This record gives sequence, C-alpha cells and structure tokens, in this order.
Amino acid sequence: MLEWRRRREPSTLMLWLSPLIAIALTMLLGMIVFTAMGYDGCHAVESIFLTPFLEPQRWADIGVKAAPLVMIALGLAIGFRANVWNIGAEGQYIMGAIAGTGVALLTYEMTGWWILPAMVLAGILGGMAWAAIPAFLRVKLQVSEILTSLMLTYVAVQFLYYLVRGPWKDPDGFNFPQTRMFTADQTLPIMLEGSLVHLGIPAALLLAVVAWLTMEKTIAGYAVKVVGLAPAAARHGGFSAGRTTWATLLLSGALAGLAGLFEAAGPFGQLTPQFPVGYGFTAIIVAFLGRLHPLGIVFGGIVLAGTYVGGEIAQSTVRLPQAATGLFQALLLFMLLATDVLVRWRIAFKWRAA
Amino acid sequence: MTTAILVSILMTLVAASTPILLAALGELVAEKAGVLNLGVEGMMLCGAVAGFAVAFSSGSTTLGLLAALLAGVAAAMVFAVLALSLNANQVATGLALTIFGIGASSLIGAGFVGRTIPRLGPIFPAGLSEHPWLRAIFGHDILVYLSLALIIGVGYFLRRTRSGLILRAVGENDASAHAIGYPVIAIRYAAVAFGGALAGLGGAYFSLALTPMWAERLTAGRGWIALALVVFSAWKPGRLLVGAYLFGAVMTLELQAKAAGVNWLAPEVLAMTPYLATIAVLTMMSIGRRTGRLDAPACLGKPFSAT
Repeated sequence: MLEWRRRREPSTLMLWLSPLIAIALTMLLGMIVFTAMGYDGCHAVESIFLTPFLEPQRWADIGVKAAPLVMIALGLAIGFRANVWNIGAEGQYIMGAIAGTGVALLTYEMTGWWILPAMVLAGILGGMAWAAIPAFLRVKLQVSEILTSLMLTYVAVQFLYYLVRGPWKDPDGFNFPQTRMFTADQTLPIMLEGSLVHLGIPAALLLAVVAWLTMEKTIAGYAVKVVGLAPAAARHGGFSAGRTTWATLLLSGALAGLAGLFEAAGPFGQLTPQFPVGYGFTAIIVAFLGRLHPLGIVFGGIVLAGTYVGGEIAQSTVRLPQAATGLFQALLLFMLLATDVLVRWRIAFKWRAA
Repeated sequence: MTTAILVSILMTLVAASTPILLAALGELVAEKAGVLNLGVEGMMLCGAVAGFAVAFSSGSTTLGLLAALLAGVAAAMVFAVLALSLNANQVATGLALTIFGIGASSLIGAGFVGRTIPRLGPIFPAGLSEHPWLRAIFGHDILVYLSLALIIGVGYFLRRTRSGLILRAVGENDASAHAIGYPVIAIRYAAVAFGGALAGLGGAYFSLALTPMWAERLTAGRGWIALALVVFSAWKPGRLLVGAYLFGAVMTLELQAKAAGVNWLAPEVLAMTPYLATIAVLTMMSIGRRTGRLDAPACLGKPFSAT
C-alpha cells in the first residue's frame, strides 16, 4: 500500500529535485499523449527535450530565446514571492518594445553611440509605465492586479497593431504592416560573429546574478519574502505591503520592457504584428520551473527555450504542429505544480497485515 | 424599419452576452465554494474545440454541446486534483489551465481550421423565431434560455436551499464547515465541476453559435472578462446578469461601430474597448466600496487540508 505522510519539515532535496521529476514526468506523459494522438510520440519528446541540447549548432538559438524568458521571469518571480501576481508581462514586454521603437523612429536619421542606450531606457520606462497601472489600481483601490495586468496585455497587442498598420508603418515597406528596419546604431551588438547571439544573453545572466544577490543579501529582498510569507509579520516589522507591490510590479515591468526592447532591437530589428510570441506567459512557467530562485530561473529559461527550439525541430522531424510546444509547456507547469506536493509530503510504503 | 434594427441589435447583444454569462455563472458557484479558478479561459477553449470537433464529425450540434460540457468538466477536474487534492497554489494552477487550454485547443483545432458546421439554431418553430419582432423573445438558441434559467436556478439554489447554504458555508469558513462534518473538498470538487461545465458550454457558444467555424483562440480573453464580472457582481447571480448584458452592450457597440464604418476611431481602438471597460468597471467597483471589502467569500483562493 502507498500512503502519503506529511513531512515534519519541507524537504530541501525535493525542493530542487521536484523540477527534474516534473520534466521527466512531462516527457513520459507527452510521449503517451502524442502517441495516442497518432504522432511518433518517442521522437516528438526526443526532438523537443533532447535534440536542442545535444546539437551544439542549436545552442545559440536556445540562448537567444532564453534571454527574454530569463529576464521576464526574474521580475515575475520576485513579485510572486511577495504574492503579487503580475500575469501581464506580455503586455509590458510589448510596451517596452513600442517605447524603444518610438525612440528608434525619432532618431532614424541620426547616428551616435547614445541612440541604443536611449532606446534601452525607453524600453525599461515603457514596461514600467504599463506595470504602474495595475500597481496604482492595486495599492490605491484594491483592484486585483491579476485581472488588470492581463487585460492590459490585450490592450497593448491592439496598440501594437494600430501603430504598425497606421502611423508607424514603413513608408518604403510596400504597405506591409511593419515599421522601418532599425539602423546599425539602433540594433544590439552581436556577441558571436556569424550568429544571432546578442548583448541580451550576457545581460540576462548578469541580471540573474544581481537579482540573486538582491534577494539574498539586501533588506529589500528580505522585505519581499516576508511580505509574501507572513503579511501580518511584515506589517509588524514595518515593511509596507503597498510599497512592496509598487516595487515588485515596477521591477517586473521594467525587466519585461527591457526584454521586449532587446527582442525588437535584436532578433526582430523592427516591429511587426508577429512580435508578441507569448514569452510573457511562458516566463511564468520559467519562474516556477526555477522555483522562483534567480539562478534556478536561468536553468528554467534554458529548458523552456529548448522546447521552443525543439518544437521547431519536431515540426520537421515528426510533423508535430507548432501548437504542440505550447501543450508541452502547459503539461510541464501542471507537473511542476503536482510534484510540489513531494516537498511537503512523502510517500510511505506500508504492508497491510492480511 | 426601426423595429427591425432594434430587434437585430438586441439579438447581437444577447449573443455577445450569453457566453460570458454562462462562464461567469459557473465561476461564481466555484468561488462561492471558496475556489478561485483562473482557468476559465482555458476551460472555455477546451469546450469550444471539443464542441466543434464533435459537432463536425457527428453532424449533431447537440452532441457537440454535450462534448463541450464534458470537456469543460474534464479540464476543471485537472485543476481540482492539483489545487484541491494536492493543495497547489490556485492562482498558478488556474494560469496553467489557461495555458493548457490554449495549447490543447490550437493543437486539436489545427485540423479544423476553416471548416464550417451548421450553426446552433433557434429552438422555437420558424413562425415565432423568424417573426419580425417576436423573434426578439423567441428567436434565440437553447443556450440563451438555459443561461437565463440557470441564473434563476443558481440564485435560488444559493439563497434558498440547504445545499446552497452548505456550499456558501464551505466558501466562507472551511474549517467550521469541516468541523460540523461537511465534506469540504468533495463540495469544492462539485462546485469546480459545475464551473467547468458552464465554461465549456460558454466556449462552445463561440464555435457553435457565434461563428460556426474554427479559429485559434476564438474566445479572445472572454474567460478573463467573465472572471472580472464575478467581482463586479459581488457574487450575486442577479447582478451577474446585469453585468454580462452590459458587457454584451459594449461589444455590440463595437460591432455596430465597425459595421457602420466609423472611421474616426481606428478598429484597433474599438477592439480594445471590452478590456478597457473591464478595467474601468473593476476600478469603479472598488471606488464604490471604500471599505476595501468586496463581499468576496472569506476563504476564496485559500487551500484547505483536513489534517
């Protein structure tokens, strides 16, 4: 007989092992589901979870996709720890890209080293401004940030459509709904000759280390944890929940905006209606896979970026539709939430006396 | 002439309101039992794709509706196992359910893109349902009447029946309900299943009644609007009806403005209106009640374990 027993203390081993168990279970379940749907389930799972990591020529692509995921997830995780549920990172990501593109279009005929930093600043401020709306509504009026931040994502998408079809449409672009291509001074420097590896990748790694140090070594990081774990104690200790809500939402908005700008000034080089690919939502999974820990998030970002790259591989190897990637990512989040139970409970074997 | 226009506007309004009304009513019951299921959008998409797939292969919209209902319940059960039995965070689990619904529906729906099916039709005979103005009352499909009947039914159940009282007790004070001997988790499972069934039907309304054609993510965030409506309703079915029809009116305005060729407003701005209206409504609700309490069930979103 199997029996669940509550642990006296949460298991530290399981805390870090459960994401790996979740990945293994997702692979197993994915194999079953896709075989049942009539695909080659084994090769689908191999293509999505193994091939991207085993073929070195894919690593650059994984890095390019992991960078925005890690950046966004770092901000979200800090918010989640404080019980602030910003699920509209996708909208802040888009607004960051829009703000940065605004600067790019203004400086279109100029040259200078200062243009890219100005775009980066605009991107950060754009994401922050979009996150400030749910922050204000939550702190001043107790409106749930979950619903407002998500609603604002839909608004941001429409705003992007409006700009690229209307005022920001490339005048020399044969009427395609897209902005001008950015100039050399407006695009991220490439770190590795002949690849897409751009400045965003080292930036994401650096930000992860900074976030880790902030969470572990500063009063601000401590305040976030206390507000999330014990709101009453936090009030008693003089940590304001309102200030924490503001800080975490602005921070996650800033990071999402930065990620959006990097994506626009990096792989895209312009804004198009295809710009939002859902990184803001996938980053939620990254944050959980990384156990809301900055260094764990780097790992989580690499795994999820791998599923994007692997999803493309699986499209050609086993004719798996693109939507399968999203399903794998959702299964992974389900499994993560399910295996979380192992941290607080253990399975005991009990032989029933006959 | 004007009657014809008014009747047609009313028909549009009812059609726009019904899916959010169904989904929101299901979520209201789940939340009354203390469960915050943010996966409404995901359950709607599961219902939409299951309804379409079954209606397309069987040729029967009735079977399609049944499949949508079951798909909604199945999706809700995944949520229930994680959030209620394994005590996973309800916000995160609901989000996972939505991401799952988006992935599953576009994967299953990929084979149906562009296919059409016969639309879910009115239930009354043509003499009534196609009458120039009587059709305002008799020209609707079964889900419209079902949604209205369910508003009354759920209102009666929650306020006037013993079972409804127990369900509310579980949502207001799970520990006491447990101490008295009520099966808290089982009742929550039932409430979540009901929410899933209605979300599934609400989703199927998009694929079977509104646009009988498959398109990816066809619910376009209506599940999230349904969640906001529950807050707007202050967890009262009657107010939910008012709220859903107000939102239906906003969306009808959007459609009418598009049809009338309003060109001083970009179509993208019109498309933003339901989402902006949701934020505005949530904000006004909060300003209206400075007490900081929104009449939410006291145990909403909190995990419960008996041991």
